Amino acid sequence: MFDTSGAKKLVEVRDLTMHFPIRTGLLRRLTGSVKAVDGVSFDIYEGETLGLVGESGCGKSSCGRAILRLYDPTAGSIRLEGEEIAHAPFDKLRRLRPKMQMVFQDPQASLNPRMTVAGIIGEPLMEHTKLNAAKRLERIYELMDAVGLNREFANRYPHEFSGGQRQRIGIARALALNPKFIVCDEPIAALDVSIQAQVVNLLEELQDRLGLTYLFISHDLSMVRHIADRVAVMYLGRVVELAPRDALFADPMHPYTTALLSAVPEPDPASHDDAERIILQGDVPSPANPPKGCNFCTRCPRVMEICRQIDPVIREIAPGRHVACHLYAEDTHKTAAHAAQPTEV
Amino acid sequence: MPDGATPFVLDVKDLKTVFRTRGGEVHAVNNVSFTLKPGELLGVVGESGSGKSVTMMSLIRLLPMPPAEIRGGSVMFEGQDLARIPEEMMRAIRGARIGMVFQDPMTSLNPVFTVGYQIMEPLRTHMGLSKAQATTRAAELLDLAGIPDARRRLADYPHQFSGGMRQRVMIAIALACDPKVLIADEPTTALDVTIQAQILELIKELRQKLGMAIVWITHDLGVIAGIADRVMVMYGGQVVEQAPVRELFANPQHPYTRMLLETVPHIRGERAAKLRVIQGQPPILSRAPDSCPFRARCPQAFDRCAHENPARFDVGPAHDAACFWDFKTGAKRDV
Repeated sequence: MFDTSGAKKLVEVRDLTMHFPIRTGLLRRLTGSVKAVDGVSFDIYEGETLGLVGESGCGKSSCGRAILRLYDPTAGSIRLEGEEIAHAPFDKLRRLRPKMQMVFQDPQASLNPRMTVAGIIGEPLMEHTKLNAAKRLERIYELMDAVGLNREFANRYPHEFSGGQRQRIGIARALALNPKFIVCDEPIAALDVSIQAQVVNLLEELQDRLGLTYLFISHDLSMVRHIADRVAVMYLGRVVELAPRDALFADPMHPYTTALLSAVPEPDPASHDDAERIILQGDVPSPANPPKGCNFCTRCPRVMEICRQIDPVIREIAPGRHVACHLYAEDTHKTAAHAAQPTEV
Repeated sequence: MPDGATPFVLDVKDLKTVFRTRGGEVHAVNNVSFTLKPGELLGVVGESGSGKSVTMMSLIRLLPMPPAEIRGGSVMFEGQDLARIPEEMMRAIRGARIGMVFQDPMTSLNPVFTVGYQIMEPLRTHMGLSKAQATTRAAELLDLAGIPDARRRLADYPHQFSGGMRQRVMIAIALACDPKVLIADEPTTALDVTIQAQILELIKELRQKLGMAIVWITHDLGVIAGIADRVMVMYGGQVVEQAPVRELFANPQHPYTRMLLETVPHIRGERAAKLRVIQGQPPILSRAPDSCPFRARCPQAFDRCAHENPARFDVGPAHDAACFWDFKTGAKRDV
């Protein structure tokens, strides 16, 4: 498993906030904002995979996009190898772009249907390198080999490929400029089960070979358990828990993580007999109007009075384990929380 | 037996559906046979294009024809063959005796009518209830589907409900006429896991209360493991394996099922260092089914698989698999 001690921080995210304005009426007046990402901080170490999980609307994709400056963040800081991205001017950002790339969820929508595979993979090379046509084609072939696409298909169009193959094209494009950091935004969600494993294995293999660092955004918790070294769980714009993978899955601390993990159905009928499922009541509140206090207080099975008043801050309560929950507040609560856990849940 | 002849509420035999396209015929469903007992929950698993949805749409005749064409087979339900009865009779069964829940609750509800109107519609057309009776019944149904403050919410429009709540509304509509069979096509796929857990819990509860038989289509093996009594695995438009749920997961006998179970990562227990991969792509169904659809991706394939399509062999009690390879003896089947 990935060891963070001594590893170099590649990406440092501090208090990242991404609010989307809500404009209404004829004059498009500002009447509120969707707090998609609301003060998120974490580090991503070189060579690791950080899994970012949560349900739809929790802000995980917005977070991934803001980190690459595909959105202009409202506030906060993002550093890639020490260089500030969050408020970098255009030309500096352009210089940094080759280092950070993205693989999108829907390979259908993220590939231009009028470009050939060679054109799609070659586009970043045209933009950012001075390779001549022959060298470029050589590099395109090299990339197609790397992701397991037949070179002979270089002049075909995206619609001639299956979903899994299209995702390989998207990965080849992301790799074109030798990036250090890739945000994978639900890269397997649109694929069939038997194809998902192919793509995940490819991503892992490329990571080993090229020393890549991934932010792997997904709602599929079992796949995240497979691919991630550390996992951050988001709920309504906040990171509620961040921990090494094994610790998180074996002993989730935040009540939301516990409920989320218990809700995942296992492909094993026997495991359903004794499963003590925590069924969360109700729905996720709107990010335009989050509740007072802790964002999870409206659905939390272990909610306390303080949760409705004060928003918990995320703290490191054990080495590498960050949790934002009043159950783990300093002094007295801490022991009480641990002691109460088995009976209360 | 209420039906007289069979112990099954639904008895499908050799159902065959083709799509006629400009590029030729697509054999979407090939000789699919299955039965459903009263109160049973049959899980149908398969990847996209495996024919699981088309099979169910064929038997309730919801496919656009043309291009679709039901080329053969029978669908026995309450003493009638649904593949042959006239459309008016079918209309009296669809939505009344056989209920349906679809994947996307956003697109299957009409945005311009209130939820109450949409629940009352089948009650009034199929059961001839008066407006007042229908309103009372609709409120009961919403309540049954776990929607709080049911009576007041009848006046709300679909966009005023969240995804999970909309799926509850769909379930209420499907249950409106007290169907004998409920066909649920990926009903939780569009939902988040915590909401999916709520819906699965609701279905378990409703089964106990109402006792209808359910066909549950999904690609999620985890959902199937938790909810089904019996599972049918489909691949390339065919049924490749069928068994009681525990037997299927513990003792899969078709190479596709075996590999499929190994490709999915688990959330508890041992964590595999590398995922097992099924190489290759699912088949394109433009050729007549004269060979095994899985042979190109199958590690067990041998010459026979290329020129003969395996029948479903009995491999255990209530367990069959369509494969010429016998995993129990570790040799080719000599039939």
